Formats: sequence, C-alpha cells, structure tokens
Amino acid sequence: MKREEIDVLLMRAPGTNCDLETVRAFRDLGVRAHLVHSQRVFKEKNLLDYDVLVFPGGFSYGDYVRSGAIWAKEMEYRIGKEMGEFVDTGRPVIGICNGFQVLVETGFLPGFEGRSPEPQVALANNSHGYQNRWVRMKNIGKGNCGILRGVPKGQVIACPVAHGEGRFIMPQDKAEAWLERLYDQDQLVFRYVKGDGDYAEGSWPENPNGAYHDIAGICNPEGNVLGFMPHPERAYFGYLMPEWTKKGRPDEYGDGRVFFESVVRYVEARF
Amino acid sequence: MTRITISPHPFEHHEVDLLNASDADLKEIASTLGLGLSLDELRHIRDGYVVRERKATDLELQTYDQTWSEHCSHKTFGGIIHTPEGTVDGLLKTYFMSLIDELEPEWCYSVFEDNAGIVDLTDDVGIAIKVETHNHPSAIEPFGGAATGLGGVIRDILGVWADPIACTDVLCFGPLDYPYEKLPEGVKHPRYIFGGVVDGIGSYGNSIGIPTVNGATVFHENYTGNVVVYAGCVGVIPKDQYIRDVKPGDCVLLVGGRTGRDGIHGVTFASAELTEESEEVSRPAVQIANPIEEEKIKRALKEVSDRKLGSGITDIGGGGLSCGVCETADSYGLGVEAHLDRVSLKAMDMAPWEIWISESQERMLLAVPPGNLDEVVSLFEDEQVETTVLGEYTETGLAVIYYKGHVVGELDLGSLFDPPKLIRTTNWAPPVLEEPNIPEPDDLGSVLLSLLKSYNIASKEKVIRRYDQEVKGQTVVKPLQGWNAGPNDAAVLKPLEDSWRGIAISSGINPRFGLIDPYWMAASVIDEAIRNNVSVGGRRISLLDNFTWGNPEYEDRLGGLVLASRACHDVGKAYGTPFVSGKDSLYNESPLGPVTPTLLITALGIVPDIRKAVTMDLKEAGNALYIVGVTKPELGGSEYYALHGELGASVPKLEPEKNAVAYARLNEAMDRGIVRACHDLSDGGLGVAAAEMAFTGDLGLEFDLSKVSTSEEMRDDFALYSESNGRLLVEVSEKDCGEFEALMGDSVFARIGSVKVDKTLRVERNGEPLIEIPLTKLIGAWKTPLEDPR
Repeated sequence: MKREEIDVLLMRAPGTNCDLETVRAFRDLGVRAHLVHSQRVFKEKNLLDYDVLVFPGGFSYGDYVRSGAIWAKEMEYRIGKEMGEFVDTGRPVIGICNGFQVLVETGFLPGFEGRSPEPQVALANNSHGYQNRWVRMKNIGKGNCGILRGVPKGQVIACPVAHGEGRFIMPQDKAEAWLERLYDQDQLVFRYVKGDGDYAEGSWPENPNGAYHDIAGICNPEGNVLGFMPHPERAYFGYLMPEWTKKGRPDEYGDGRVFFESVVRYVEARF
Repeated sequence: MTRITISPHPFEHHEVDLLNASDADLKEIASTLGLGLSLDELRHIRDGYVVRERKATDLELQTYDQTWSEHCSHKTFGGIIHTPEGTVDGLLKTYFMSLIDELEPEWCYSVFEDNAGIVDLTDDVGIAIKVETHNHPSAIEPFGGAATGLGGVIRDILGVWADPIACTDVLCFGPLDYPYEKLPEGVKHPRYIFGGVVDGIGSYGNSIGIPTVNGATVFHENYTGNVVVYAGCVGVIPKDQYIRDVKPGDCVLLVGGRTGRDGIHGVTFASAELTEESEEVSRPAVQIANPIEEEKIKRALKEVSDRKLGSGITDIGGGGLSCGVCETADSYGLGVEAHLDRVSLKAMDMAPWEIWISESQERMLLAVPPGNLDEVVSLFEDEQVETTVLGEYTETGLAVIYYKGHVVGELDLGSLFDPPKLIRTTNWAPPVLEEPNIPEPDDLGSVLLSLLKSYNIASKEKVIRRYDQEVKGQTVVKPLQGWNAGPNDAAVLKPLEDSWRGIAISSGINPRFGLIDPYWMAASVIDEAIRNNVSVGGRRISLLDNFTWGNPEYEDRLGGLVLASRACHDVGKAYGTPFVSGKDSLYNESPLGPVTPTLLITALGIVPDIRKAVTMDLKEAGNALYIVGVTKPELGGSEYYALHGELGASVPKLEPEKNAVAYARLNEAMDRGIVRACHDLSDGGLGVAAAEMAFTGDLGLEFDLSKVSTSEEMRDDFALYSESNGRLLVEVSEKDCGEFEALMGDSVFARIGSVKVDKTLRVERNGEPLIEIPLTKLIGAWKTPLEDPR
C-alpha cells in the first residue's frame, strides 16, 4: 500500500486533547490523518474505511469514574462489534496515554484470550500524583508487535509522560503468572529505563508512576493492538526535545519519530 | 420593608420604590438585596429613576450593582485621584493607555478594547493575551477558585475569537510552615490553600488540554490571609477572523453550560474585603468548574471563528449575563432584547434576577447574523454543546429583559455605562526603614545553600510538573530546562506550523520591594519580566499589568497604587514596551491586614526564529562567562536580607535607557548564534543565578567576584546576593568572545569566569577562594524544600 493512500483515523471524544500533535506527526510522514469526533463514527460505523485506528491522549469525558472508562463503555456499546472486526483484520490499533487507558477499559489489552469482557489490568493512580515529565522507554519487544518492527530492538525513546493514572498493575494473585505470559507471548513492548539504559526497577522518577515491572506499554498477543503511556508525538520534532539547545540548533526530528515511521512502514508493507 | 414590593407577575420578581428614598432607605434596600453599591452610587441611581418617574426592579438594581462593581468597571483605575503631586484623571488612561499614543507601536492590533489585548505575530496572525486575578474565590475555596480563574481567562481568549494555546499561572501564598496557632479565625492555612490552588489549576488546564508554560510561585507572610492567584492565557487569531460587527437583528446566542446558583454576587464579593464571615456568606459566590464543557466550546468556537460565522463574541464571566449582554450591546451602540425564561437552568426555581447575574462557568455569548444561525447551532451540536437564542440586538439603546413574556427590567445602556466618577485622595508616606546591620559571614557557601533552599528561590518542580507544559507540541523552551529541570527564564512557543517565528512569555513579580517603595517595586518587576524575556531571545515586548492591592479607600494604599502606576508609564516608555492589557484586584484585605503591594508584569516577546532560542543551562566546558549590567549595594527587599529576617531600605532602582541598549545588543548576539546560555539575575542575585546555570547544565563553573562591575566597593556577600536590576549572565564560546565584546560596545559587561568539566561551583576573589561546592549539593539544596508539600 502506498504511503499517501494510508488513512489514519484519530478518534476524539470531549476532553481528547493530544490530537493536534498526533495528527501533525502522521501528516509529516505523508499519510492521510483524519481527526473525527466519535459521535460521527458512531453514526457512520465506517471503521473499516481506515487502515490505522488511533486513540490519542487527553481526558475523555473528564476521566471521571476511571480514566478512559466512560469513553470505553460508550464505544463498546456503540461500535464494539466494528472495533472487534477492525482488530481481527490485523490492522493497527494504537492507544497513547488516555488511548491506552481506553484500550485497557474496552478489554482489547492485554487481551490474553482475545478481547476480555471486563478490564484485566488497570492503569491506576500514580505513585506521585499527576506528573508531566520526560521519561525514557525502551523497546523490549522481540518482534511480535508488527507495528514496532521499525523501531530497533533495545532502542530507548525519550519522550514525556503527562498523566495522573498510568500505573500499570495486574491482579496481585495473578501478577507473576501474567507477567510471564506477557513475556512468553511477546506482549511486553515498552519498559521505563534510566539514563544509562538500565531498567528503572521501580525507582522514581525514571519510573514516573510506580508501574509494575516498569511497564510503559503492551500489545495484544496478535501484536496489532498497542498501548502505552508516554507521548512520542510530543518528541516528534527536534525542537521539542528537552535539551536541544545543547546542540545550538535543533535536529530536524526528535526521538518520537521512529515510532510513527514504524507504524507507517508496517502498513505500507503489510497491506 | 415597604419600599420593596412583590410585583404582579406570576413568578419571583420585586419592584423597588426609590422616590424620596432617604440615605437610610437606600442603605436598607442595598442590604436587603445584597448590593455592594456605595451610597453615592445609590443616590445617583435613585435620581435617575425619579427623573424617569417609575419604580426600579430587583433585576435592574442588580444590574447596576454588577456593572458598577470595582471588578467590572474598574472605578479606581478610572476615577479621579487627588495626589500631593497633582490630580490624576484616570490611572488607566494617564499611565497605561497613554503609552500607546506616545510609543505608537504599529504592531499593537487591538489593545485595551476587548476581552484580551491582541498584537501582531506575523502580518496576518495576531497573538491574544490576557491575565486575570482570582484571589478572593481562591481564599474561600482554593480548588474551585483557582480552576474557575483559569477557565475564565481562557474564555477571555475565546472571547476575541482566538484559539488558546498556552496558559501562565503566578501564585502567591503564605509560608508553608506558617504556625497554625497564629492563624486567625476565617483564614485557611497556606499549605491547604497551596494544595487546592495548584490542584485546581492543574485539573482545569490539563483537562482542557492547554499547556501551562510560564509562571511563578511566590511566598510571603502577607499572602497568608490574601492568597493571590493570577491566571493568564495566550491565543492565536488570524486577523481576518477578528470580527466585531454586530448589527441590529443579530441573534444573541448563549452557548455552553447551564446556568445555576453558583457564582451569585461573585463580583460584589471580589470587590470587598475578606472577613471571618466570608466562608459562610460568600461560598455561593465561588463558581464550579467543568473543564470538559469548555473544551467542547473551544472546539466549536474554533470552527465558528474559522468560518467567520459570528458578528461578535464575549465571555460570560463576572456579572454573568447582565454584563455580557449589556456590554456587547453598548459597545456596538445598540440595544438588546433578551428572554431569560429560555436559559437552560441547573436549578428550576431561579428568579429572573438570579438567572441574569449568575456567574455559572463555561458560557459564552455570541452575536450571530440570523442567516448564519442554523450553521452555528449545528456546529455546537456536533460538539454536544447546548445553545440558546436569548433574543436579538436592537437599535434602541435599551436593554429590555423579559421573563415569560413580562418585562422584568428595562435599562438605558447610556446611563448604565456612565457611572458617577469616583473621586479619591491619596496620602502615601515612605515607610520608616533602615538598612540592617548584618555581620559579614565567614562562609558564603552555606549562605548560598540557605538561599537555594528558601521558598522563593527553591525549585518549583513540584508545582510545575502538576501542569501539562507541552500538550499541543508547541513548547520549544519549557519552564523546566532539561533533565535536571533548572528554572528557565521564559517559555518559547512555536504557534504556527509553517513558520519558525515564535513567542516568548515571561513574568516579573516581587513580594517585598513594594513594602519599601511601590514605584521601584513596579520598575523592578517590569525590568525582571523584560529581562527574562530577553534572556531566551525575546524582543518587541508587550506588557500586561495585574495589580493586587489593598483597599483603595485607604489613602496610603491608593497612594502606593498611583506611584506604581506612574512607574509603569515611565519604565514602559523608556523601554518602548507598551501595555496591551491588564486587570486589577483591589480590596485584598484580611484579618491579617492588607496584601503586600503586588504587581505582576507579564511580558510577551517575539522570537524571530525559535531555532535560535537560548536556555539558561551551561553548555560546554571551556566557554567564557560574562555578566552584563552593574551590581550595586541594593539589598533592600532581597532574599539575602530576608534570610536574616530583615527588609532593609535600599530597594533596587533602574536605569531603563541603558538597559534597553544592552538588551538589544544581547538580542543581536543571540541572532548571530554566539550566546550559548543566558540567565537573568533576580532573587538571590549572582550567586544563585550562577549555581542554577551550573547544576542545570551539569557543568562546573568558576568565577572571580573582583571582576564583577560594581557601582562602588562592595562586601563579598553583597556583591554575590544583591538583586540589582538590569543584570544577566551570559555564556560565550572562547572563539566568539571578541565578537561578543565588540557587539556589547559601551554597555557595562565583564568577563568573570569560565565553564569547567569538574562539577563544582567555585567563586573566588583575586585568587582567594570564597565558595567551593559540588553541583550535587547545590541542586540537592535547591530541590528540597517543596518536596511533598501536601
């Protein structure tokens, strides 16, 4: 599929607010990015017209109840079937920050045995409350997540987090077994690391929210549904990097670009 | 009381007989209706009704009360003030608006006219900016007060058809370790207020998705009873979308949240002193925030603005519909008809006057030509926002307000917007202060560590990280620099996708200088705001003033206000920096006394190419360190004196003409790419600024105090910690030093040291070591005090 023919759907709800920079990143890569209110998608039910589905960051419906919970329930009710079909086609579904929360709340992630009727894991309230700070996440996937095949293994991406609820946790009695499962099925793709590339091992602020096992992002067993807390779209251009002035002039692109490029390349090659 | 009678209409509505009303009657009427009008104003209103030979209605008197409140009409800034140096006919006109005529800045697109000031970014695009105060509500209900303060100023930007892109927040609190036993009845502990205010601002700004890019957190004992919350917003507006062309017949369209009993008499409350009863009495005056509602409005308005479908717009804030509806009609020389029974309500049993003055949040008022109405309404429906056509604009010059078909108020807009001019006198005497006798310390290093730990200097990371600083992906210079999160002087944004042209936003504020001399306080904070802006590469600067002052009915408070305003004029003129907007908050008095005279200056500069923006972290070992400006023994009001519990008298003064030349040369050096780092010297002076540059860049620094240009022989501690204005530290590569020195010409500057690999700050005088501290210890001290503030 040609790059300029790729249609990316970015859905938004009241309170979605990271859409502009996400659209900007995709458009810079030469794909068609469509920002559409979910109410319109509910009416048109045309998800399959698109090649990539993205849930951007923000505070959908104020994140009341639990982050992402209201929007997730609404979607399940209005386009649950269509979303399932979209996922089954193998097309990429990406949730960033609030989008990750939505994918967990809709049961697509971790989706050990397909979509679960209720959330299996949680993105709970942070250890240190709401935080906007730069972190480093390392790609530790082994190739199952096709969307990330363009990101070199072991690559560390510096980008910001900005959330109050992103502490990835699993039920206490299942955590160890499920962690093993995440590894076995190559679902664990991003972990928070320190400046030297070593895992944060729970230390704050490198692990900014107290996430279990420094987990920043996971995918489904099929590898086409991906969610993570940090914001690569805010590290897309060089002038957004935190210490670009050290170089005198900013690089054209920042750390976040490799992720978006990888998404686009995957669709180009696969479809 | 017999003068207030129930009207014949089938709903709650009263008539008020003002004929022959005595002063005592007027006072009783005011207190029964909860009006904050003065006796003079009540007499003026009474005389108007006597001429018109009819009774007033509750709604009409409430409208006068709202419109003539200090909060809405700024009568102190508009009034006549007799000072010992002569009469000032309007502070705003004399000292602020006059600068526009004197400086004739062609890049000021719309100033002192609308909800926000608008200046050019490019030929086609303007930047709208506004800063508001929300002090009183935040003292009663910190979370809601601060959140709605931010929501309100964002609506000011929406209210000039602009798209909000960034917020600023400057907060002033009492010391977090204030002893509980000293707190009087009715005053909440600074720690409680701090937590609530910071959460409130974070919650609103984060949820609506506008980054908070600049601000300050200031602590002083005098803010204990008078918390100060300044919330600002910046927006982008293509100039051809700035439409103000309301015609008779255009629809009055109310959009947004429903109207409730929250925020009744908010402006009356904001224009009075806080007392121990305020909690009980004024709680309903604090509004309730719903940021997601405003996010939806913002989306729809962007579309309405892009398609140019409206003819006028304003936000519904202080004074509610009464102000929004009447002001728009009056500003276009029109009249208006409005039907209050059409308003969607939160509480079904509200009286017409309550609907009319409720300050429920997240509402905007649009004027829409009838032909565009359907399209506008459908754009709001797409975003799930309710709309109500209240009525239409007319040619009459009257506001006629209906409820269920009955007229409940009819106001002549001419007389409503012509309140009696206030006449006041001032009597300001300089306080009797002395320079303290502080023994010269043996260990300047431990002084530096203590300063870094002081509340006003210490890292505000705890606060700043609770706000999203970079949503929208336009924040090029962030409030916290790099991984070590040092304090940048200003934020730089890149608002346009197709241009490298950006803006710099900075602020200046000082809690102590005003206690010594309001004139030099104002001069100093203007210089600080400009200096901060210059140090990231900003120029062509616009200023905003936000006064937080005590009760202007006291002659000394008002005298200080006049002095500070005069400084704004003098310094603004010397720098060529006009004021483009402002907002004052007076009556900041609590059981603990008046607020310390506080002026927040916000500076908006242009950065011609954001790729040349400069940050404050040291960049490379071997580079030279320069100081620009003269250091003087001006420690009055300094953090150094405060460390010793002293205020002093030698407040920093200012030579703006000289500074302006130096700043312009510095800008030129930045454009040539030879300034590697730049940091302004303010709280804690040279010692603190040098330490911050070093630990942020994670590079050592060594300098010789004897090389610093001083006005006279100075003690080491004074030279290190003086807060003289007009000074900056600049890092320059060895190879560029010649070019830099040539550029700076006859401006005062000196090469004082160099950047080192060894991660230590070393200060010496002629080879004799004064300070030697590892960076880890400096940053540790700087990051400690605000940890876990709640």
